[in-house]
Amino acid sequence: MDSKTVVFYVLAALLIFAAVRVITARNPVHAVLYLVLAFFNAGGLWLTLQAEFLAIALIMVYVGAVMVLFLFVVMMLDIDIKRLRQGFWNYMPLAATLGLLLAGEMALVLSSDYFGTVAFPDRAMPADYSNTKDLGRLLFTDYVYPFELASIILLVAIIAAVMLTLRRRKDVRHLDPVKQIAVKHTDRLRVVQMPAEKESE
Amino acid sequence: MISLSHYLVLSALLFSIGVVGIFLNRKNLIVLLMAIELMLLAVNMNFVAFSHYLDNLAGQLFVFFILTVAAAESGIGLAILVVLFRNMSTIDVDDLDSLKG
Repeated sequence: MDSKTVVFYVLAALLIFAAVRVITARNPVHAVLYLVLAFFNAGGLWLTLQAEFLAIALIMVYVGAVMVLFLFVVMMLDIDIKRLRQGFWNYMPLAATLGLLLAGEMALVLSSDYFGTVAFPDRAMPADYSNTKDLGRLLFTDYVYPFELASIILLVAIIAAVMLTLRRRKDVRHLDPVKQIAVKHTDRLRVVQMPAEKESE
Repeated sequence: MISLSHYLVLSALLFSIGVVGIFLNRKNLIVLLMAIELMLLAVNMNFVAFSHYLDNLAGQLFVFFILTVAAAESGIGLAILVVLFRNMSTIDVDDLDSLKG
């Protein structure tokens, strides 16, 4: 076995182990941490596939942002783990059977000759090749329209998340900013014209 | 030597683990979201493997877009989860029956 094969098998074994722990961990915090491990191993596997930009983006975006968000939510909620684990082992036989069937069938099809059981074409890249540069060039030319759509999706997600979790508390007095902005000086101060008082004699 | 089918079988295994996770943890909404993340990761792995095999960067761009959509999805999902917990103080899927479905 050459070093590439060893790296693949180590990363793949860790990935599968972490994924299994994600769905079986008793504590949701542990599940999130195992998911982080799974993402790191997937990033390593993508590096072996020469997808450097995506590997780093996966770790930055997923581990750095999405998983931290998961951790925040898990730690914020006060959940009854025991109650949520009810019926876990009841579903185990059915789930294990179905999962093995699914994985077995897919593995049977995917390890056939049609899916390249021969080794990957050995593509030696020049030393100054940049995966990021090529991706960027493609993204901002051929795929610029989907790129704009993706940005709109993110904008919608931001607004939706803020609006969903925005809480208007009734017991707190607050000012309406629209009214504050629309105020005129005449609303605050009124100059009253009146005749001067005559000096008393 | 590592071939394309190694990566495809690996992602098939990952996808099956995600499906089994949805079966096993069908009460816990957080773990359900994480199982969906696992399945998306399996799909992305397929895209990257095929992209390398066919020497075509379009696959990697698709992964880019899938990551975008998945981040939006989990963000909104967690926001809904927080609102749900605030209103019902539970995230048990069995308790979410106010629509009588």
